[in-house]
Amino acid sequence: MTFENEHLLPGQIGHFFVLLAFVTSIVSAIAYFKASRISLENEKGYWMRFARGAFFLQFISLISVFACIYYICSHHYFEYLYAYKHASLELEAKYLLACIWEGQEGSFLLWSIWHCVLGSIVILTAKKREAPVMAIVNTAQFFLTLMLLGIYMFGTKIGSNPFNLTRNELAGPIFSQSNYLSFIKDGIGLNVLLRNYWMVIHPPVLFLGFASTLIPTAFAFSSLSNKDFGSWVKPVLPWALFSGMVLGVGIMMGGKWAYESLSFGGYWAWDPVENASLVPWIIMVAGLHCMVIYKATGNALRAAYLFTILSYLFVLYSTFLTRTGILGDTSVHSFTEAGLSMNILIGLYVIGITVPVLFLFFKNFNKIPSIQKEENLSSREFWMFIGSIVLFLSAIFIIAVTSLPVYNKIFGTNLADPQDREFTYNKVLVLVAIIIGLLTGSGQYFRYKNTPKKYLISKLIWPFGIALVISVLLGFIYPIEYVKKGPGFLAAIYLALFASIYAVVANTGYLKTVLKGNLKAGGGAIAHVGFTLMIAGMLVSSGNKNVISDNRFTGINIPFDKDPTGRSTENPMENLTLLKGIPTQMGRYIVTYMDDSTSANEKTRTFYHLHFEKKDPKTGETLENFVLSPDSYRMKDNNLSSNPDTRHYFTHDVFTYISTISVHKTDDDTTTFKIKEMAIGDSAFYDKGYFVLNSVEKNPDNERFHFTPNDTALVADITVHGNDSTRHKAYPALTISNQQLSFIDDTVITQNIYLNLSGITKDQKFKVGIRENNAPTDFITLKAFIFPYINLVWVGLIIMALGFVISLVRRAKAAKLISAFAIGFVLLSLIYMFLLANA
Amino acid sequence: MKTSSIIILVTIAAAIGALLMYSVDFSTYDTIASAKEKQGTYVHMIAKLDKSKPIQYDAIKDPNYLSFYAVDSVGGSTRVIYRNTKPPELETSERVVLKGTMNGDVFDCDNILLKCPSKYKDDKSQLEKTLTTN
Repeated sequence: MTFENEHLLPGQIGHFFVLLAFVTSIVSAIAYFKASRISLENEKGYWMRFARGAFFLQFISLISVFACIYYICSHHYFEYLYAYKHASLELEAKYLLACIWEGQEGSFLLWSIWHCVLGSIVILTAKKREAPVMAIVNTAQFFLTLMLLGIYMFGTKIGSNPFNLTRNELAGPIFSQSNYLSFIKDGIGLNVLLRNYWMVIHPPVLFLGFASTLIPTAFAFSSLSNKDFGSWVKPVLPWALFSGMVLGVGIMMGGKWAYESLSFGGYWAWDPVENASLVPWIIMVAGLHCMVIYKATGNALRAAYLFTILSYLFVLYSTFLTRTGILGDTSVHSFTEAGLSMNILIGLYVIGITVPVLFLFFKNFNKIPSIQKEENLSSREFWMFIGSIVLFLSAIFIIAVTSLPVYNKIFGTNLADPQDREFTYNKVLVLVAIIIGLLTGSGQYFRYKNTPKKYLISKLIWPFGIALVISVLLGFIYPIEYVKKGPGFLAAIYLALFASIYAVVANTGYLKTVLKGNLKAGGGAIAHVGFTLMIAGMLVSSGNKNVISDNRFTGINIPFDKDPTGRSTENPMENLTLLKGIPTQMGRYIVTYMDDSTSANEKTRTFYHLHFEKKDPKTGETLENFVLSPDSYRMKDNNLSSNPDTRHYFTHDVFTYISTISVHKTDDDTTTFKIKEMAIGDSAFYDKGYFVLNSVEKNPDNERFHFTPNDTALVADITVHGNDSTRHKAYPALTISNQQLSFIDDTVITQNIYLNLSGITKDQKFKVGIRENNAPTDFITLKAFIFPYINLVWVGLIIMALGFVISLVRRAKAAKLISAFAIGFVLLSLIYMFLLANA
Repeated sequence: MKTSSIIILVTIAAAIGALLMYSVDFSTYDTIASAKEKQGTYVHMIAKLDKSKPIQYDAIKDPNYLSFYAVDSVGGSTRVIYRNTKPPELETSERVVLKGTMNGDVFDCDNILLKCPSKYKDDKSQLEKTLTTN
C-alpha cells in the first residue's frame, strides 16, 4: 500500500548519515588504535590521515543527522515517531531544540556531537597524544552511534532510530488506511515542564560537561598504555579545568531551571538526577587538585589517575541511573523507562572504555611514580590532598545514598528514601562545607613542601579575624532562622557560614597581597572565592527562605473538619487561597488576584496576574508595587503543571507558584435577589446560615464610605453568620443623587452571597435583598516564598566559572587575544543568563 | 606519604564513614496492612486511590487539607490525610506512593508521588491510545 502525504526523503537521508557515522566511528577508532601502536613515521602518518578523514566524515554525518531531525520536527512530519512524540503544532520555534533533546535519541546525538567538537580540538592541539586519545573518543562514539542505530543484539533491541516511522512503530486501525496521516492532527509535544528557555540551553551545556570528562580519561589511557606516567598531567590540566567549569555551570543551570520553572520551590532538592551530575563534578575537581599537586611536587599522581577515571565512570553511572528507569519512584524528573536495552548499552560502554582503563591503572599501579618521603604537615600539598580526599568522600557519600534503588534491585530489599531526604544530605554536607571552607581559605597561604609557622600565622590571622567579625555581626543583624532541625544543625550552619566567609576573605586577600593583584595567576583563588561565595549564598538563601503564603495568619482559613489524629500542625500551612479581587495579607505584602489571561500561542496555558503591594505600616505609603504572573498549563486529562513567577531584587527574590486553580463552570447566573423585610436587630436565614441587621446609618463617614451631610445615603450594617461558624460584616448601601436612586451592593465571597439594601417599607422596616450564588468563585491557591540573597549563589557561580577559565587559558598557554575572548565570553554570557535574562 | 598522613587520612575516612552509617535513616516500602502494624513509623506506602469513596478537598475553605481513601493490591484500605494542596492528577493516577506515618486508622501523609499514564511517552500502548483521540 502506498501512503499519502508522507515525506520519506529526510528520514532516508538521516538514516544514511546515522549508518555513515556508525561506520566511520569504527573505522576511525581502529585506524587511531593502529596509529598509536606504530612508531614508524611514514606508516603512522598514513594511518593518522586515514583516521582523521574518517573522524571528520563522522562529524559531518552527525551534524547532518541533527539537521534532518530538526527539519522533521520543525515541519511537523508526524509520520516520524520522533516528531510525533516530541513536537506539536503549537510549540514555539524557540522550544524546537528543547523538544529534540527531550528524547533519548536527541540527547545522545547531542552528546556525540560534542565529542566530535572536543575531538577536533584534540586533533589540533594534542600532537603525539592524538592517536591514543582519539582512539578512545572514537570508541565512545561507536557506543553512542550504536544508540541511534536501533539494531537487535542478544535478542534485545539496542537503541532506537530517530527516523522510525510512526506507522511501523505503533499499531492502530488508522494505519490500514492510505490517508492515515490526515487522522494524526497533532503531535504530543514537549512536556510542559520543559517549556522554558533554560531547557534550550541547559542540556547542551550539561552534555558538553559530560562529554568533556571523556578527554581526561582518554589522556590517562594514553599515558598508561604508553607507560609514560606523569607527562600527561600538563596537557590534561586545561581539559580538566574545562570539564570542571562546564560541568559546574551546567549543573547550576539545571538548578536555575528548577528554580525558574519547577514547583518544588528552590534550585536544589537533592534529587537523584541532580546528584548524579554533581558527583562526577566533585570527583573531577578532586582530580584537578591532585594534578596541580603532582605538577608542583610530584605527589598524588595515582590519585590524579584514579579520580580522573572515576569521574568518567560516574558520568556513565549517572546515565545509567537517569535513563534506565531504575530511579522510578524516587525522582521527580528521571527519564522514563528505556529498560533492558539501555542497561546493555551502558554496560557495553563501561566494559568497552572504563574497565580497560581502570585495568591498566591497577596493572601499572606500582609503576606509577610516587614520592616515598612523608609530606610535611605544613606543606600546601598535604592540605590540598586532604581537601581532595574530603571532596571525593563526600561524592561517594552522595552517590551511596542516591543509589538506594540500585541496592533494592540487587539485594531485593524494600528500603525507601529517608523521611527527610534533603536533611540526610544537608547534615553531612554542611560539615563538608566547614572543612572545605577552612581548607580553601588556609590552603592558599601554605607553600609547597614547607611553610614557616610565623609566616602562616601572620597571614592567616587577618582573614580569620575579619571573617569572625562578619559572622558575629551577621548573627546579630541578620540571624539565620533555620531552627527546625535543632540547635546543633543551626550551629553547623553558622560554622559553615563562617568557614565560607573566611575562605572568601582569605582568597581575596591572597589575590591582593601575595599575588599583588596579578589576576592572570589568580585563577585558582578567584574560583575559590566564587565557590565559597556560592556556598555562603546557599546557606543564607536556604537557611532564611521564608514562606509568606502562611495560612495561619490570614482570615479565610476555616477549619471545617476536625483533625481526627488530633495532631497540632506545627509546620506552617504553605498554601494560601486567593479569591479573585479580594486583597489578602501575605507576609508584608497585600496580594490581590486580579485576573487571568490565556497565552497567545498555547491554548492550555493561563497566566494569573497577582498584584503585590507593600505599604509602610506607619505612613501608609506604598513601598513596593508589582505584578507577578505565575502560570499553569491545564492538560487534557486535568493535569496541572505550573510555572513560577519571581520578582527579582538585588537582595532577595519573591517567588510564587500556583498549586490549585478553580474550575470554571459556565452556569448562567440567573438567581435573583430575595427581598427580606427586616427591622433593626432582626435576623433572616439563607442557605448556609443567617444574617443580622445590626443598624442602618445615615451618611456615615468611616473607612469604607465617606459621605457628607449633604448626601442622601443609607448604609446597612449586617453581620453574616455562616453555618461553618464564621462571621462576616457586610455594608450594602443605597444613595440618592440627582433624583437618581442607586445601590451599592456588598458581597461575602466565602459564603457566595450578595447583599443589597433596596429600600424602606411603609412600616419602617428595611428591605434587604440577598442573592445566593452557587457557582464557585474564581480562586487560585498558591505558594509564595522569599529567597534572601539568592543572587550570591549566582554571582558566586559566575566568579567560580571566571576563575576556571582564567586558569584554563593560562595552563593552555593560549594567545592573549583568545584568552581575552574566552574570559569575556564566559563572563558576559553567564552574567546575561543568570542575572539579567529574566530579572 | 607516611604514617602520620595515613593516620589522618584513615581517621577522616572513618569519621565520614561513621557519619554516613549513623545519619542515613532509610525508610521502607510497606503495604497498608504492614504500615498499620508499624504505627508511628515513617513508611512509603504503594497504593492507589479508592475511587468508590469521596475525596474531600475545598481550596476555598482550607487549601492545606486533603482527605481520601487508598487501597492496595493486597486488600488493605485506609483513610489518608494530606496537609497540602490536592495534586491535580490524583483522580487520574494509576498508582500513588504515599509517604508518612500511620496513626490509628488514618495515614498521615506528608508527600504524595503520583504515577500517571500521561507521563509515559515511551509507553507504546499509551501512545497508541493518544494517537486517535487528539
